[in-house]
Amino acid sequence: MKLKKTVLLGAVIAGLLGSSMASANEEQFIGLPSYRVGPYAAGGSGLFGGWIDYMQLVNERDGGVNGVKLTWEECETEYNNARGVECYERMKKKGSTGNSVFQPVSTGITYSVLEKVAQDKIPMVTIGYGRTDAADGRVFPWVFPMITTYWSQASAIVNFMGQKEGGMDKLKGKKIGLLYHDSAYGKESHAIMDKLAAKHGFEVIKIAVAHPGNEQQSQWLQIRQAKPDYVVLWGWGVMNPTAIKAAAKTGFPREKLIGVWWSGAEEDTIPAGTAAKGFIAAGFNVAGANYPVVADIKKHVYGKNKGNMEDKTRVGSVYYNRGVVHGIITVEAIRKAQEKYGKGKALTGEQMRWGFENLNLDDARLKALGATGFMPALKITCADHEGPGKVKFQQWDGSQWKVITDWVDSDRPLVRGMIEESAAAYAKEKGIKPRDCSKES
Amino acid sequence: MLYREAGQFKATYAEDSQIFPIRQDKIGFWVLMLVFGVAVPLLTNEYWLKAILIPVLIFSLAAIGLNILTGYAGQLSLGSAAFMAVGAFAAYNFILRIEGMPFLVALVLAGLTAAAVGILFGLPSLRIKGFYLAVATLAAQFFIVWALVKFPWFSNNSSSGVVTAQDVTILGYTFATPEAKYVLTFLIVSFMALLAKNMVRSSTGRAWMAVRDMDVAAQVIGFRLMRTKLLAFAVSSFYCGVAGALYAYTYIGTVEPEGFNLDLSFKILFMIIIGGVGSIMGSFLGAAFIVLLPIFLDNVVPVIFGDSLGAGFVSNFQLIVFGGLIIFFLIVEPHGLARLWQIAKEKLRLWPFPH
Repeated sequence: MKLKKTVLLGAVIAGLLGSSMASANEEQFIGLPSYRVGPYAAGGSGLFGGWIDYMQLVNERDGGVNGVKLTWEECETEYNNARGVECYERMKKKGSTGNSVFQPVSTGITYSVLEKVAQDKIPMVTIGYGRTDAADGRVFPWVFPMITTYWSQASAIVNFMGQKEGGMDKLKGKKIGLLYHDSAYGKESHAIMDKLAAKHGFEVIKIAVAHPGNEQQSQWLQIRQAKPDYVVLWGWGVMNPTAIKAAAKTGFPREKLIGVWWSGAEEDTIPAGTAAKGFIAAGFNVAGANYPVVADIKKHVYGKNKGNMEDKTRVGSVYYNRGVVHGIITVEAIRKAQEKYGKGKALTGEQMRWGFENLNLDDARLKALGATGFMPALKITCADHEGPGKVKFQQWDGSQWKVITDWVDSDRPLVRGMIEESAAAYAKEKGIKPRDCSKES
Repeated sequence: MLYREAGQFKATYAEDSQIFPIRQDKIGFWVLMLVFGVAVPLLTNEYWLKAILIPVLIFSLAAIGLNILTGYAGQLSLGSAAFMAVGAFAAYNFILRIEGMPFLVALVLAGLTAAAVGILFGLPSLRIKGFYLAVATLAAQFFIVWALVKFPWFSNNSSSGVVTAQDVTILGYTFATPEAKYVLTFLIVSFMALLAKNMVRSSTGRAWMAVRDMDVAAQVIGFRLMRTKLLAFAVSSFYCGVAGALYAYTYIGTVEPEGFNLDLSFKILFMIIIGGVGSIMGSFLGAAFIVLLPIFLDNVVPVIFGDSLGAGFVSNFQLIVFGGLIIFFLIVEPHGLARLWQIAKEKLRLWPFPH
């Protein structure tokens, strides 16, 4: 009896030693604060599914980044700030070098950990949400609101309207309705729209929709009375299909209803049924499975039955592809940082931050990744943590999204001016001395 | 055997009216205070302090606030999160706008602001009761969050309505480390819990309980209903307000009005239902249960099931288990965890010779 126990114990210890020997290869840990339950689960499951699938692809096809395998762990936040903070704290010491990047995919959680990431030296990447003025990297060295911000988006939408009208001067005297989610997220649009209205001479009619927004009769009555030329739909969740349906009921042309990127996914249009046909939305990534990168995921990940999505038809949807964009940016930052800090080595958060700050995804690199036209080319600098600030516009044809424009620029000088002004006010309030970017290497 | 009060006599009124009349309880209480006040900040790591213990303490304080109103005074409220929001934003504005405002004074002023708002929304309680009152306090929940978003003055014209808490400095010492923040929170919460315990044992608390049990009878024997009910609203909101300010200053650091939504109000209500309606200790037990159980499940469920089921299923399964456990506890003991503890104590007194 005693002998048996000793042998068993020995075997267990040997097994433990063996398994720890096997993992001597370098690994890069990425903590994923996902949300797969609750009201925003549809977005969360698609986005995190795409992101995980892309990292799985890098592991399966390339054997990791220069031999460093990517590892990750999900932590359910339920889109709740307190749970998000718990996840952040839980994951920050995991892996051999700690959590190397935090991407909460929730504006609330972004704000909740904004100051913690600087103390813990973990870069935070917020793609298409979060704190807009963090694009000023001199004041916010640890935060990267990449690709584009809400202010750039608003400006790009106005530019798109100008294109449609045949020139920005044609916007003079026009009326633009702004149907917004009555929350911090929705109000983010006000300042920039007011500035643009003053610049181009159009009128903004701001109409609030209370959360969750499944009742919009009075708002659309107001729209019918005001007869705006365009309506910008700055919505989230159930508010989007409701607005599209209400637009159809009111007889407002869907071609003049322009959604932001959190209003322009399959999850927003399919519930609205035929009413959504013709609806246009902005996006910093496009829908579609016919890009080489998505095809590779299908081949290398789903081909080996290692895909994360339970519903495989969602591969190539807007949220899924947005997750792939998250994956591409994370992996490319790792690659960039390895160039400086040693190929084939696991990186700390501080080293990853350098990778993000020097990220340069030009057209050639995007082509090599199989993502030409999938996302805009991206160059991050010490001062500019945002990058291109461009969006594409897609139109719903009744069954899928069709890209109808090339990348549409925003009014960079105007937006950048607002960002710097706001960041300077924050720096003053918090007593932060902005970095001198000429001294950064 | 150990838990016997034989031989402990009470010779004076003061001895008779102690919070812990039994010596063993007293010892247990001080051991607990030493463990959580001294040993825990010395021995645990940052994760435990920042992500688990500080929120448990803060939500305990909010739960005490709601327990005073609902458990002791019998007025159902669904606005606790909104009063927390008032506290958080009031503290922010007092520190921002008044030069050299000491943190503790700002905390008290934040509580008083929340109390004033609480009295305002408590006025309907003079006419309506029960579920109808819950609906009236629901209005407070929506109105306050809406007002904080609507008027940019509250958030110092922040474009997104989010405010960042200033540093916590008391007498020149800045509470920056998680240990310091924990100790500060612990001291404030302990002090206020002690205050609450004494309040509910005093004539004020007895007036609340009289109103809770039957307000007509209470009025007949001479309690002034308006004063009693509004006092309950004021004290309750004061506690919630301080909890909200601590939430902003020692826990999250940055707050937005939407963070204090109806979900949080419900959560605080669940805390007192699970912990024990009308019990100060129950507030602590309930807060610990509601905060810790999801985190515990989040750690345990994936270990049991592995990756075989898919992340979506694991997340949903946790919610199912969470709901199931709440129902289980309510069936086993409808009066909450505090009552379970009380029963255990009574059994222990007789153990091991129950006859």
